[in-house]
Amino acid sequence: MSTTTSTERAAARPATDDLLQVTGLEKHFPITRGAFIRRTVGAVRAVDGIDFTVRSGETLGLVGESGCGKSTTGRLISRLLEPTGGKVVFEGRDISHLSNREMRPLRREVQMIFQDPYSSLNPRHTVGTIVGAPFRVQDIPTSQGVKRAVQDLLKLVGLNPEHYNRYPHEFSGGQRQRIGIARALALRPKLIVADEPVSALDVSIQAQVVNLLGDLQRELNLTYVFIAHDLSVVKHISDRVAVMYLGKIVEVAPRDALYATPMHPYTLALLSAVPVPDPDRRDRAQRERILLTGDVPSPIDPPSGCRFRTRCWKARELCEREVPPLRELATGHVVACHFPVEEAERTPGGRAAAQQAAASVPPATTTPV
Amino acid sequence: MAPAGGRPMDVINYILRRVLTSVVLMIIISMVTFGVFFMVPKLAGTNPAELYVGKQATPADVAATARKLGLDQPVTVQYARFVKGLVAGRDFDDGPNKTHCDAPCFGYSFRNDRPVWPLLLDRLPVTISLAIGAAIIWLIGGVLAGVISALRRGGALDRTVMVLALAGVSLPIYFTGLLAQLVFVHTLHWLPGGEYVNFADDPAGWAGKLFLGWVTLALLYAATYARLTRAQMLETVGEDYIRTARAKGLRERTVIAKHVMRSVLTPIVTIFGLDIGSLLGGAILTESVFGLPGIGRLSIDAVNTKDLPVVLGVTLFGALFIVLANFIVDLLYAVIDPRVRLG
Amino acid sequence: MKGAHMSSTNSFTTTDPVPGPRRGPDPTAFLDVRDLRIHFPTDDGLVKAVDGISFTLERGRTLGIVGESGSGKSVTSLGILGLHQREHARVGGEVWLDGEELISASPERVRQLRGQRMAMIFQDPLTAMHPYFTVGAQIVEAYRVHHRVSKAVARKRAVDLLGRVGIPQPAKRVDDYPHQFSGGMRQRAMIAMALVNNPDLLIADEPTTALDVTVQAQILDLIRDLQEEFGSAVLMITHDLGVVAELADDILVMYGGRCVEEGSAQTLFRRPEHPYAWGLLGSMPRVDRENRDRLIPIKGTPPSLINLPSGCAFHPRCPYQGRDGIPCRTEVPSLAQGSDHGVACHIAPAERRRIFAEDIAPAL
Repeated sequence: MSTTTSTERAAARPATDDLLQVTGLEKHFPITRGAFIRRTVGAVRAVDGIDFTVRSGETLGLVGESGCGKSTTGRLISRLLEPTGGKVVFEGRDISHLSNREMRPLRREVQMIFQDPYSSLNPRHTVGTIVGAPFRVQDIPTSQGVKRAVQDLLKLVGLNPEHYNRYPHEFSGGQRQRIGIARALALRPKLIVADEPVSALDVSIQAQVVNLLGDLQRELNLTYVFIAHDLSVVKHISDRVAVMYLGKIVEVAPRDALYATPMHPYTLALLSAVPVPDPDRRDRAQRERILLTGDVPSPIDPPSGCRFRTRCWKARELCEREVPPLRELATGHVVACHFPVEEAERTPGGRAAAQQAAASVPPATTTPV
Repeated sequence: MAPAGGRPMDVINYILRRVLTSVVLMIIISMVTFGVFFMVPKLAGTNPAELYVGKQATPADVAATARKLGLDQPVTVQYARFVKGLVAGRDFDDGPNKTHCDAPCFGYSFRNDRPVWPLLLDRLPVTISLAIGAAIIWLIGGVLAGVISALRRGGALDRTVMVLALAGVSLPIYFTGLLAQLVFVHTLHWLPGGEYVNFADDPAGWAGKLFLGWVTLALLYAATYARLTRAQMLETVGEDYIRTARAKGLRERTVIAKHVMRSVLTPIVTIFGLDIGSLLGGAILTESVFGLPGIGRLSIDAVNTKDLPVVLGVTLFGALFIVLANFIVDLLYAVIDPRVRLG
Repeated sequence: MKGAHMSSTNSFTTTDPVPGPRRGPDPTAFLDVRDLRIHFPTDDGLVKAVDGISFTLERGRTLGIVGESGSGKSVTSLGILGLHQREHARVGGEVWLDGEELISASPERVRQLRGQRMAMIFQDPLTAMHPYFTVGAQIVEAYRVHHRVSKAVARKRAVDLLGRVGIPQPAKRVDDYPHQFSGGMRQRAMIAMALVNNPDLLIADEPTTALDVTVQAQILDLIRDLQEEFGSAVLMITHDLGVVAELADDILVMYGGRCVEEGSAQTLFRRPEHPYAWGLLGSMPRVDRENRDRLIPIKGTPPSLINLPSGCAFHPRCPYQGRDGIPCRTEVPSLAQGSDHGVACHIAPAERRRIFAEDIAPAL
């Protein structure tokens, strides 16, 4: 069993296939008090030291529950936020603390797609203006004019190019998300950070957008960081998946390995919680489901050592004392756990035992932030 | 309702923070106000001492008065003396006379030959009578009109109330006030004219003299409150938790009176506190129109006679009420909204 | 009396959604909804949010109503509770709860039943609880509307129920405000509030949509347990096929305010016959299966209820519309009655089964 940390591996690997390298990334939002004299009384440690890489042409899924820091991570790597610590290296260049002006040429390379297609489009602008804005802002020459370029983009994302002069409210939710995608694609970026791009959409529309993202990736050789809470969608679209819990990455693995053989107890519990759309497997799913007790602790005052230990049925004294490092336990499969899930625990019998053990962890009650 | 789940330390902390905020705010306001009043005569090209001794005085007299009153000192020194006067009282010595001004000394009015503070105190009962009386009318009238309007949304009653509210907001006090006075006092003689009388001396006369002032002032505010109440109610009845209240099987009047009103009253309390606070600093127009010798009248008279110490005193006094009202509103807010109290 | 009408083992029977011969005046099912219509007159026209829905539900059983936004599923649930205001909505049809008809009943009678015999859990537990009252006070109030008991007794009941739904230290947390609870705990408190009067019918409208997946699993588990304990009938409204598959005995699929397919959960997932149901299954990525290369979406977008397509509301999005001269554009298909499987589609039943077996199932 190799014990190299991913950081070491990332450092050792030639940078050629890594589009984005993230090391020790942190974002702490200060909590301030006082009307006149603002003093910092603490910090929300939204992202608290994470390492991962994104390879050129792949889709990295970033999953986790609300408050785990996945959206903040997305905003850090697209540099909508400046990190408190650590490094974001894009194509070999450290972009962690670039100023807005220095970032401007890089904005062409990294684009974001947001969850809410309603609020991320200016209602007073036509689709043509919205999708064409990047050309104007970045002053990019277009061979046959901005209008033509925009119409090409609309065609590319499956919208009628004749709708150039329409306003966002004239489109349905799915179509608005397509507009958001067209805007993101305008400058031919290399990396697209998609933050919950389909979670506000109806099931039938969600599938259209997921397919579109897949097609565009193949056609334009895009790299995606796909942030979502829906484990089924992430499984469908990702090549590799990183799981976050309370500001930390707990596991990164190739998609199939993660879903078939999760090694972090949290990943195991998370995957077992997904409702299975198959009534015949309902009873089995329930027998194997690991229900966690209590709530996610506060990111202002996270538990010492392993952050999952307060809800983990495998936690021991070591977990309280030491932060588990990310270790590579199988090829490309890194896990931050002192006592990773073993093969026996994935059998029905092992699952049942884990289910009982997890249910008997006393719930640590916390008040939400 | 069940007792609040608050930790006592949090509540005390909250109150202390608010007190501190209010004190700091008051200090800043007093500095700025004092600074402005220090600058005004300079910008107008007059020597403040002239205002004290009168235009006929010789330059030497003026200079002497200025020196004696400390008006030739830098602003910081003058401010320090002013603050000292507020806390411990001070003496004014303009040459011929030497006058003591007890704490809290807001300054000395040479026009009236009295310290400002007792001047303010004299006028305060009138202003309080006017403000509180009007407040009771507009609070009851405005909120009631708003509730009825919201419950009968789109109906004839709703439209009538809203038109009246619009009229109430748009018509200036000197119009409605003078008109009311013309009709009810001078034409119909339903209400007495003449001077203001104290409540203790003649309760009926007191109420009769104030009545039109109350109604006129209340009309202006009631209109705002009716519109606010209506808007808040219409917003609140659409909330999920109101649907939950109905789903529990509560009677409609319980849903409205308890669940809806609780949310509606929160912003009402806020603006009510602030409105009362600013009114206690003097309702200038109303007091002038109805000849009520309140703080508003005092400030108008002081401005007309360039009685700077009184203007300064009234301004600070008004600011004090607003800060105080803010403080009380903050406390009330914490009582009403547990999210504020328990953050 | 509880269980008085527990006569039918076939808890889910189908009825014709278009007005027609009614069954007898004495329904045997615990909840019997017949031809429910909820229309909203608006400035832009009549919105037929629900246009002829019929179903039955027994105690101890769970019916899942599935649909996308604007399908009318939530409007249906509020209609059963009588929560549509008469000045805004035109409600027609019949809702029989344990032998009592609610649509024609007096508002006061429906109010008495609401919260007592039928209770509801809402989607977002943060906005669904009053922010200014403690959790305990809100539960106490729900109990005391229907029971003449002292506050102390009601409070004890609230603490009991909070403990029962898995709130740690319920005697202490009863005095907390909703914002002091986490999302999952709020939904538990909401469930406690709904169950405080031992309702026979529990309507859950997207009860886990606002929750994280591990919390969702906790809440679904809780609903299942409580149903076993209290024997309530559960009506589960959701857009999530995974959630219905977990919980529902029977499923009703809504589209454009009408029912397009209904049957047992096994039937609906194993051999669905309506093209819309096929589309939903094809659209859904699965954690429990090998990855498909592409999802199979439904083209187009859900219809506007103001301007519903003629004939079968699904026809503009249906790949099979109009084949062999079937009248998809002109005629509303009726919900063909089968013993346990109703499908509102013009395609002949045998042909539907063939298409599903040959074209659809292999691609799922």
